[in-house]
Amino acid sequence: MTIDDRDVEAAMSGLATRAPATLAPNVLAEVGLADRYARFDSPIGPLVVAWNGLGVSAVEAAPDDAAFEADHRARTGRPAHPVDRLPERLASAIARRLEGDRRVRIDLDLRGHTDFERDVWHKALEIPRGEVRPYGWVAAEIGRPKAVRAVGTALGHNPVPLIVPCHRVVRSDGTIGQYSLGGPGNKRTILAAEGLDLPRLEQLASSGVRFIGSDTTKIFCLPTCRHARRVTDRHRLEFHSMAEGQARGYRACMVCRPASAAAA
Amino acid sequence: MDTDSPLVAALADDLDGSFEALVLGHQDRLYSIALRVLGDPRDAEEAAQDAFVRAYRALAGYDAARIRELRLRPWLATIVLNLCRSRLARRPAPARRALSLDVPLPGDLEPRADEAHGPAAATATRAAADDWADLLLTLPLAYRSAVVLRHVDGLSYPELATALDRPEGTVKAQVHRGLALLRTAFETAQRREREEMTA
Repeated sequence: MTIDDRDVEAAMSGLATRAPATLAPNVLAEVGLADRYARFDSPIGPLVVAWNGLGVSAVEAAPDDAAFEADHRARTGRPAHPVDRLPERLASAIARRLEGDRRVRIDLDLRGHTDFERDVWHKALEIPRGEVRPYGWVAAEIGRPKAVRAVGTALGHNPVPLIVPCHRVVRSDGTIGQYSLGGPGNKRTILAAEGLDLPRLEQLASSGVRFIGSDTTKIFCLPTCRHARRVTDRHRLEFHSMAEGQARGYRACMVCRPASAAAA
Repeated sequence: MDTDSPLVAALADDLDGSFEALVLGHQDRLYSIALRVLGDPRDAEEAAQDAFVRAYRALAGYDAARIRELRLRPWLATIVLNLCRSRLARRPAPARRALSLDVPLPGDLEPRADEAHGPAAATATRAAADDWADLLLTLPLAYRSAVVLRHVDGLSYPELATALDRPEGTVKAQVHRGLALLRTAFETAQRREREEMTA
């Protein structure tokens, strides 16, 4: 049987085929025009985590898929499609971050938010596990010492709670303050799970103690700073104000920078 | 004739709002090109996905005037073809095929004209397509790419010249040479089958 070029051309045009149904959704997720989401177990129960090719875009305690999808679209303008589980790498990165490893890289998709909000969230990322900082500390650290309330609002709008640990920002009177991920009860649960001694923190706050000094180093810290927690009872001093510490010849810790908390 | 003009205008105005239309409008072609050049469906899907992601990032960096001047069909074909080339270059050597008459041709190359109608005929057609796809993979890459863009994807010769960045005369020659090689390979396979039947 002989064939000519026309037969071959016809055979070739028959080789055009349809793309798999997964192609377009994968492309749109990869470029950040659509998100994926999956359930994720946390210390406060199952959460929904959404992400796309740019990074994690949402962490929410969502009642059900439909509610989450509607809410996500309203907030981001993007559709969210459910998948069975988080990608292996992302799941282990989040787990490690929640265990306190701040070096693990988790890309975030924070498009559509203001520079101020991003500054606040990036600052919250600097607070180590097991420690807390006052709202005023965040405000001072980002160069907006008067914007304490706005800091609280920005933290309340944190789209990726737990990953950006807004739960580690508390009121300067030592009370826990509000929490976007299901209320203050959850905030306590998470902080306790991170090893924070809440009763002690509240007790210090109610007696007006703002700073802890060490008479061996002559340095004072915020109460939850890892350096403050290392001070033994015998060497610990309690200060109600910066001025009190400074008057006694103590200088501020350069790690927790208590001056930022005092400025507010 | 450029059927992509309205899409190009939309992309220039609102990339994020119209990129999905680009993907839906071109996904079958990019996947087909990748599948027929690479041979492996998984590889092809990844290459097509990478191509769209690269296209998006490129478009995001272009100003509106530059996007309006784009000829989407050849432009996207170039992107996916380049990705296929680099995938082939990364493949371990034994997986590469070369056109050789000593190697038995894959699949069953029975003539199809005398097949029955109905489901059996559909199966036979699919088997035939698989055979042609396998033959195509035995072509040297330059001919394979040219044939795929011209006859699987249906690009015109001017579009093909743009996509491959070669003079029109060169790409025409590559397509013709590719078709001739395919025909020869097909006929050789048929002859061998006949000889086996009569032996």
